[in-house]
Amino acid sequence: MRLNGEETEVKEEMSIGKLLEEKGYRRERVAVELNGEILPKNKYDDTMIKNDDVIEVVSFVGGG
Amino acid sequence: MEIELNGKIIRTEEKSLKKFVQKVGDGAQVVIYNGFQVDMRQEREIKDGDIITLIKKGVMPDKDELEAMICARFTPGLYRKFKNAKVAVAGLGGLGSNIAAMLARSAVGKLLLVDFDTVEPSNLNRQNYYIKHLGMKKCDAMKEIIKEIDPFIEVECKCVRLGYENCAEVLKGYKYICEAFDGAESKAMITEVVCGNMSGNFDGSVLVAASGMAGIEDANEIKTVKRMKNLYVCGDMVNGAQVGRGLMAPRVAICAGHQANMILRLIAEEKEDE
Repeated sequence: MRLNGEETEVKEEMSIGKLLEEKGYRRERVAVELNGEILPKNKYDDTMIKNDDVIEVVSFVGGG
Repeated sequence: MEIELNGKIIRTEEKSLKKFVQKVGDGAQVVIYNGFQVDMRQEREIKDGDIITLIKKGVMPDKDELEAMICARFTPGLYRKFKNAKVAVAGLGGLGSNIAAMLARSAVGKLLLVDFDTVEPSNLNRQNYYIKHLGMKKCDAMKEIIKEIDPFIEVECKCVRLGYENCAEVLKGYKYICEAFDGAESKAMITEVVCGNMSGNFDGSVLVAASGMAGIEDANEIKTVKRMKNLYVCGDMVNGAQVGRGLMAPRVAICAGHQANMILRLIAEEKEDE
C-alpha cells in the first residue's frame, strides 16, 4: 500500500487503527483518507488494509 | 471609450492620463491606475476598460466612492470575484482574527464568523483585537473591526463551539472554509466533517486548515500544502503549541496570511459559471 505517497509494507490483517498506532499517530489528531475518501474515526478499527490501498494521514499539531 | 473612475463607469475621449487627471482630478494627490499608484510626471495612455481612482488626502469621500477607493490597489479583475464570494472562518483566535481581517481587506462579500469565546488579555499577543475588546465575544469584536476596515462587507456571526454534532449544520452552504482552531483534535474534527462530507453539505467545498505555527522558528518553514482531495494545510506541520513553546504574533500571522492567500487564489481561479 501507499502511505502518504510512499510504498509501505505491513503485516497481513492490519486495521487502519492499528496502522496509526504502529506509526505513532494519535488518532484523535489525524484525518485519514483511504483511496480518495475520508474515513470516519469510528471506522478506523474495523477497516482492514488491503493490497494497493492508498492512504493519506494528515496529522495536526495544536496552536492558532 | 469607457473607463471606471472612482467606481463609476464613464465615457471619455481623453487619451492622456495626465490631462485627464488635470481635468477631473479636483486636486487629488493620489492617482491609482489599474491597481498601481502612478507618478504623474510620466505620460500614460488611457485605454478602454481602465480603472482609475483619484483620491484627495484628508477628504472623506461619499459612501459609493469610498468602496472603490478602498479597493483601488487591487489587481484588476479580482474585486468583482471577491465581492461575490463568501467564506466561513471557524475559530477567531490568532489565525481566524487575522484571516477575517485580511479577507475583509480583500473585499470578500460575505464572511461567516464562528467562535464561542470571549476576548481576554492573553489573546492580545497575537490576535487581531485591542484592549477595548476585552470581555467582548470574539464574534462581536471581529464584526466591529471588519466594519472599521470595510463597512461594505456582510458579516454573519455564530457564537457557538463547533463539534461533530453541529459542525456540518453551522458551516453548510460555504464553499470556502478556513479552519482556525487552536486544538489539534478540533482541526481533525472539522477536516473529517468538511472533507469527508458525510452530511452531504460540502459538495465541492474546500477546507484551508493550519498546523504548526508556534514559537519563533524559521518563518520560511511555514508553507501551504495540498493534501487529500479538497484540503490545504498551512504551517510548518511540526511546531505545535505546548508547555515551553508559546504562540507568537509573527508566525501566527504568517500562517493566517498563507490561509487567506490560498482562499483568495481559489476564488480567483473559479470559473465564471460556477
